[in-house]
Amino acid sequence: MAAIIKNGEIVDDRWLRLTTEQIEADGLPADGPILVPLPVWLAQREALLARGEVAVWLAPGEEPEALVEDLDRLPLIAIDFPVFRDGRGYSYARELRTRFGYHGELRAIGDVLRDQLFYLSRVGFNAFAVREDRNLEDALKGLKDFSVTYQGDTQDPRPIYRR
Amino acid sequence: MYLYQDYDRQLLAERVAQFRDQTERYLAGQLSDEEFLPLRLQNGLYIQRYAPMLRVAVPYGMLGSRQLRALGHIARTWDKGYAHVSTRQNVQFNWPALEDVPDILAFLATVDMHAIQTSGNCIRNVTTDEFAGVAGDELEDPRPWCEIIRQWATFNPEFAYLPRKFKIAVNAVPDQDLALVGVHDIGVQIVHRDGETGFQVLAGGGLGRTPMVGEVIGEFVAWPDLLAYLEAILRVYNKYGNRDNKYKARIKILVKALGVDAFRALTEKEFAHLQGGPMTLTAEEVSRMRGYFSRPPYAADATDQPAALTAALDADAALRRWYRTNVSAHGQPGYAAVTLTLKKTGRAPGDITDTELDAVADLADRYSFGEARTTHQQNMVLADVRQDQLPALWQELEALGFATPNFRLLTDIVACPGGDFCSLANAKSIPVAEALQRRFEDLDYLHDLGPLDLNISGCMNACGHHHIGHIGILGVDKKGREYYQITLGGRGDSHCVIGEKLGPSFEADEVVDVIARLVDLYVEQRHPGEGFIDTYERVGIEPFKERAYGSHH
Repeated sequence: MAAIIKNGEIVDDRWLRLTTEQIEADGLPADGPILVPLPVWLAQREALLARGEVAVWLAPGEEPEALVEDLDRLPLIAIDFPVFRDGRGYSYARELRTRFGYHGELRAIGDVLRDQLFYLSRVGFNAFAVREDRNLEDALKGLKDFSVTYQGDTQDPRPIYRR
Repeated sequence: MYLYQDYDRQLLAERVAQFRDQTERYLAGQLSDEEFLPLRLQNGLYIQRYAPMLRVAVPYGMLGSRQLRALGHIARTWDKGYAHVSTRQNVQFNWPALEDVPDILAFLATVDMHAIQTSGNCIRNVTTDEFAGVAGDELEDPRPWCEIIRQWATFNPEFAYLPRKFKIAVNAVPDQDLALVGVHDIGVQIVHRDGETGFQVLAGGGLGRTPMVGEVIGEFVAWPDLLAYLEAILRVYNKYGNRDNKYKARIKILVKALGVDAFRALTEKEFAHLQGGPMTLTAEEVSRMRGYFSRPPYAADATDQPAALTAALDADAALRRWYRTNVSAHGQPGYAAVTLTLKKTGRAPGDITDTELDAVADLADRYSFGEARTTHQQNMVLADVRQDQLPALWQELEALGFATPNFRLLTDIVACPGGDFCSLANAKSIPVAEALQRRFEDLDYLHDLGPLDLNISGCMNACGHHHIGHIGILGVDKKGREYYQITLGGRGDSHCVIGEKLGPSFEADEVVDVIARLVDLYVEQRHPGEGFIDTYERVGIEPFKERAYGSHH
C-alpha cells in the first residue's frame, strides 16, 4: 500500500486513484475507497454514492465550485498538480477551505515535492501524495521550512500584526 | 525606512537555511535542473551568459548606508567589483559562483537584505517614485503602502507559482508618474476622496513583447480594502491566466482576452468574498507602517536658496548646469533631492563599483541622514540634502564621477545589460549607449536639447523599457546578426504611451547617425520651449521617418 503524508505524519493510503481512461476501460472496482476524476463524479454521482466510499480529484481548470453541493458527502478531495509549477491548485485549495468551508481531507496529488509542501499546507492541504520517487521522511521536513509568516493563511487567517 | 523586527530577521534566517539546503541538494543531484529552477529564481538567481546573476531586492529603492557598504563588500568579495542598478530599482551581481550564493544571502541577511522573489513567477519587488516622501506634490508618502504590500506578497503561499512574473508599482503624485504605474501588472495610484485615502487600481499594463498600458479595474478602492482587492486580482490571474504559452501568460493578455469589463467582474466577485475579512487593514497597522517612514530630523533653520548656494551657483557654470538637471525640488524648506547619475560615458548605465558604493554610503551618512535610493532610471538619489551643502556635495560627486549633469537628458540612457551579459539578449546595449553618450558629449548642446528619455533594450523582454522612451532602441536578431529597431513617442509618465516603430531596423554602426538625424529634425522643428516628446506629438512620426530613412530612399 502506498504511503502519504497526512496531518504531518506518514500514513498508509487506502484510496485508489482512478483516471477517466481507467474507468472507461476497466469499469469501477467492486469495492474499496476510490478517488475519481470530477467529470466521472458529475456524470455518475448517485451510482458512486450508492457504491460506497468515494472521493473526487480536480485537475487544473476544474474549479472547486463544481463540488459545492457535495462537500458534506466527500471525505476527501484531491487536487492534481500535473507539474509542480502549475499553481492553480493553490487557489482552489484556499477557496475550498475559506470560502466553501470544506473540512475533510484535502490532498495534493501528482508532481508533489518537498519544496512546495510548506506553501501547499498554508493554503489548506493537509495531505500530500508525494511523488513516488521521493523520500517521504525527507519531504516531511518541507512542512517546517518556516516558523514565521507575514500574511494569514487557512490555519490562521490573521496577518502577523494581528496575531 | 522600514526597520526589521525580530520576526523579519527570523524569516530571513530561515530563508537562508532553506536556500542553502536547496542548493546543496541541487549540487548533490537530488534536485533536477527543472526542479531547482523556480526555487533559485524565487531567490533572484539566474544562470546567465557567463555566470549566475544574483538580483538583490531593494524594496521600493530604499537603501541605508550600511546596506550600501554591504553591497560593496559583496561586489568585492564574491563578484568582480561591480554591481548594477536595474530598472526595477534592484541591484544585480553578474559574477557570483552558485556555490557562494548561500553565503552571500547569509551576509545580506546581516544587513536586513535578501533576494526573495526578485525573479520567478511570483510577486516581484514593489516599486515607487524615487522621490517618495520628499516630493512636495505627492498626496502622501507611498512607501508605507509599499511595505504593506511587500509583507503581504512575501512568501504568499497562494501566489508562488503564478503563470508568469508579477510586478506592482505604487504612485502618490497626481499628474506625474515616476513609478510607471501604467506599465505594471498592477499599478496602484493613491488618490484622496473626501479626505480619505484610496487607490485607483490599474491592471494589465506591461512592456515586453506585447506592450500595453494598464486598464482601470478599481476606480476607488478604500484603503482598508487594499490587500483584499490585490488578492482578488491575483486570484483571478492565478486561476485564469494562460499557462500554455509563456509569451501569453502575463496578466495583460488575460485582461485583453477577457475584456476589461469581464476581468473587472471576476475581480469584484472574488473581492466580495474577501472584503471585510481578516486581511482588512487597520488604522493601527497603517499608522505603524507610516511610523517607519517618518520625516528625518530636518534642520529648522535651513532655508530655500541660502546665500551659500546662490553665491556658489553664481560663481560656477558647471555647478549651475548640474544644479539645473540633477537637483530636484523638496517638500521641506531648505532641502533638495540630488540625483547621482550612474551614466558617465564609458560606464555601462547603472553600473557602480564596490568603492563607489562605499563612497555613496559615506555621502549618504554625511549629507542625507544615512539613506540613498535606487531609481528605475538606473541612477541613485540622495533625497534629503541641505541646500547650503549642495556645492560641497557637488564637489565630492564630481570627484567620484557621479555629477554628470545629464539627469533626464539624452545621455541619461536607460539600458539593460544586453548581449554582453544577458543570455536572453539578441543584441548588445552597452556599446550602443556608449556610442550615443560620446556623440552627445557636448554639455551645452545636451542641455539645449532638454529632457529626452532614451531607452535601450537588448531584446523584446524590454528590461531597458524601450517602449516608453521618447526614443527607444530595441536590439533584434536577424539571421544571427544584431540589428536595432527604433521606436518614437513612448512616454513613461502620467500620459503613458507605448512608442511607435519608426520602420525597418538599422545595423549597429548606423544607430548613432540615425539618432542624431532624429534629434536634428527635432531641433529644426521645435517651437520655443518645446521638448522632444511634445514636438514629436505635434508633428507626428512621418517627418522623423523621412529624416531617418531619407538617405536610403
